[in-house]
Amino acid sequence: MHADQLLANTFVSWMESEKGPLSDIVVSSRIRLARNLFRIPFPHLLDSEGGQKSLEQIKEAWGRSENGELATLELITLDQLNPLQRQILVEKHLISPLHAASSDSYRGVLVNGDGSLAIMINEEDHIRIQCLLPGLQVGECFSKAQAVDDELEKNLNFAFDETRGYLTSCPTNVGTGMRASVMLHLPAVAISGLANRIFQNISQFGMTVRGLYGEGSEVIGNFFQLSNQVTLGQSEEDIVTHLTSIALQVVEQERQMRAHLESEMKYQLEDRVGRAYGILTNARIITSSEAIALLSDLRLGVDMGLIDGIKTSALNELVVAMSPAHLQQKAGQEMDGYNRDLVRAQVIQETLRGEDELTTDEH
Amino acid sequence: MYCDECKQRPASVHLTQMFNGQTSESHYCEECAAKKGAVIFNMDTTFSIPNILASFFGYNMQGLPSPAIGRSCDNCGMNFNDIRQSGKLGCSECYAAFDEELEPTLRGMHGNSQHIGKVPARGGEKVILKKRVEAMKSSLQQAVAEEDYEKAAQIRDAIKDIEKKLGC
Repeated sequence: MHADQLLANTFVSWMESEKGPLSDIVVSSRIRLARNLFRIPFPHLLDSEGGQKSLEQIKEAWGRSENGELATLELITLDQLNPLQRQILVEKHLISPLHAASSDSYRGVLVNGDGSLAIMINEEDHIRIQCLLPGLQVGECFSKAQAVDDELEKNLNFAFDETRGYLTSCPTNVGTGMRASVMLHLPAVAISGLANRIFQNISQFGMTVRGLYGEGSEVIGNFFQLSNQVTLGQSEEDIVTHLTSIALQVVEQERQMRAHLESEMKYQLEDRVGRAYGILTNARIITSSEAIALLSDLRLGVDMGLIDGIKTSALNELVVAMSPAHLQQKAGQEMDGYNRDLVRAQVIQETLRGEDELTTDEH
Repeated sequence: MYCDECKQRPASVHLTQMFNGQTSESHYCEECAAKKGAVIFNMDTTFSIPNILASFFGYNMQGLPSPAIGRSCDNCGMNFNDIRQSGKLGCSECYAAFDEELEPTLRGMHGNSQHIGKVPARGGEKVILKKRVEAMKSSLQQAVAEEDYEKAAQIRDAIKDIEKKLGC
């Protein structure tokens, strides 16, 4: 059962920076396709009997599928998980906070072993296919999600209208039903105070910027999620091309700002990175907002080659490992804020010192 | 206790937040709290997604005749007032039932109201054929313009065949 492994371990494939292009700036890429069943009320109107029926239909289509990818998935229904475990899936970006709020047996997720493919069932829409990969790989995510969609479609009648496209519960998703997004780490753009101006320009191109956990979340640790806002009147291919080219431009801005920092403010930069490393490796109590801000500084140092012996992928993993649900799972008990801050400091020390045996002078 | 943000001034504003079921406490001095204010008060209260959606629907309601509000979808029973309030439709058939009311809403959201992307192979056969007919009609025109009547006749027959399949 790889589902158990997914819950027990922190690692999922989007963290593997070594396998993703431009992963010094682009953390991960994601495609999400929303699909619904013809004539069946959308999940928010379903009672448990109706929900069970739509789950059964989807399960049957999954079972009959010949696509290799779909055959690797395992189904977890939400009633099989406790609230902590559901939160763990949110922290790994495999299900949404909305989905995690439910414990209904007719809602669930079909997920593969490395978390690169996850299909939420009976969330806001009957089906939400998500493909998540490290670095800038929007096109790759799209091909993979597309293949899964084609395969499911062979055995399911999707709600589709010639004029409106794929019909979704919320009209903000109608048309392609597709949300393409990239998670960007932009510390130098943020330091230079350029972030707002860049994002205002981007919003004029039908793109939107959000925080680490998507809709409604605040930008923390200089992680910005860039995604398409428009789903109707643009083809999937155009959305992918468009997002990729805008992401490349933002990456270029970030590179220029990093080069600028290195040439004009070398010592300030090294000081900032060094302090972050110092605090992270020595703090005994640390809040998640302080830790994520310092990890952003440290990541900048790692990605600019100022610090040896720490991998970007380890920092990706650490951001998730130090989140509340992961900490509590590791500790094997529920913890209040203070105790989480204690264990968080410990987890950070273990990771950074373990990764960095050569430069650390303590044992 | 010092401010979490600047770590210099004493904290006088104490904030408890719930996020994803986890409570967290933050402590700020007045100055930093004021700076954070925009972020804190934006959450959930006035700027929530359903509110924005409802305003999208509300906007175009003003010009509508009142019967639209009472009418409901034959398939799921949602009426347009329910949709306005929740920001969500009830089922796939709601799109046809409230087509007129949705048109301006979709334009407002997407700047567009016509899908041009993927068409499912299943259930979308007709759409795919229609698209093919459109493409053939334009090559028919081109053939006529080039006075290639033999080719034009071939295309015309092919179009007829497909239209027969489409039942029109």
